[in-house]
Amino acid sequence: MNQESLWSIFINAVLINNFVLAYFLGICPFLGVSGKMETATKMGGAVTFVLVISSLCAYGLHSLLAAIGAPYLELISYIVVIAATVQLVEMFIKKVSPVLFNALGIFLPLITTNCVILALALFQTNKGYNFVQCLVYALASGAGFTLALVLMAGIREHLDLAEPPNIVKGTVLTLMIAGILALSFMGFAGLGSN
Amino acid sequence: MSIQTTNKANEGFWDKLASSPSTDEYMKGLFRENPVFVQVLGMCSTLAVSNTALNGLAMGLATTFVLLMSNILIASLRNVIPKQVRIASYLLIIATFVTMTDYAIQAISVELSKALGAFIALIVVNCQILGRAEAFASKNTVWRSILDALGMGTGFIIALLCLGTVRELLGNGSIFGIPVFPDSFQEWVIMILPPGGFFMLAIWLMVFNAMKQRKAV
Repeated sequence: MNQESLWSIFINAVLINNFVLAYFLGICPFLGVSGKMETATKMGGAVTFVLVISSLCAYGLHSLLAAIGAPYLELISYIVVIAATVQLVEMFIKKVSPVLFNALGIFLPLITTNCVILALALFQTNKGYNFVQCLVYALASGAGFTLALVLMAGIREHLDLAEPPNIVKGTVLTLMIAGILALSFMGFAGLGSN
Repeated sequence: MSIQTTNKANEGFWDKLASSPSTDEYMKGLFRENPVFVQVLGMCSTLAVSNTALNGLAMGLATTFVLLMSNILIASLRNVIPKQVRIASYLLIIATFVTMTDYAIQAISVELSKALGAFIALIVVNCQILGRAEAFASKNTVWRSILDALGMGTGFIIALLCLGTVRELLGNGSIFGIPVFPDSFQEWVIMILPPGGFFMLAIWLMVFNAMKQRKAV
């Protein structure tokens, strides 16, 4: 059993080992929906929600699979649970806020193939977190993802007014900003024990 | 992205090279529709494992294997899988092959398995594989799907090697673990750290954009 304190898990997942900027997870939505601040925050919210639910499901699944001695089914069962959760969230958002549903567009069903979600399930299994630790880890990763997305959206909103040369427009520029953000996040490395 | 424009720009060149449709099916994945540089798919694994050339190559081969096997299976089952549950079925098929690959790599080399870490398991959520299943294998014959998978896989390996060699060369002074520069070379450690991945990919994309623009003029 892992004895890491909850506070250390939180700081680690949000700042030091930020899923987007240090582990390169969830780059697709990071590049895709970081154009506007509003969509970015809502996307972050949706991802955090899915993260928490799927993390708890993964915790239960892991115990179950360990009990019946079939660890090789882990990956397959995780992805099924994630796909189902995303479907649920999609129906929920469509019902509650059609505007948000349209704004997120294709990126909503693509949360299924967002590496952050599956990676969280795998990491928490590897680290042997208990139930509460899993919950904190899921919340912190969601917060970290949202933080990266919001930072990027803020910068890109300002960049709309700038006029970069043609060859760096679009993805290239976003990647360069991401590089600089990653560079500055490396400064958090000394905050906690890795 | 701008696949349309690239198509137009390259038409003359590719017509000459691709005399038969089969060759074209394979060749399109290499550069014209390169999964990383043109379609900008599968970024997560591209950035994460391209810190050395060897890791990149291993990841590329693993992804190609999964892509090939799942493309074959999906193409042969395309008339059996009901439309409503197709994505879920694709994910199951892909996850099965990824589990196999994961165990195979652990059996072959523990060191490599440690270096790639969770990213082997994360091939499941590589958008490129699901994308090929949805956009190609579910609509085409098995033979064409095989060609498509091999082409896309090779394109992915090329992209990973492009990133991996440069990052390893600058960050570690070596290629495939063999030192190239004299000892006096000061390594750019930043290149093998996360920011280096972002910068390197940006630079490669910029090169591709510049080439596209030149052809368009």
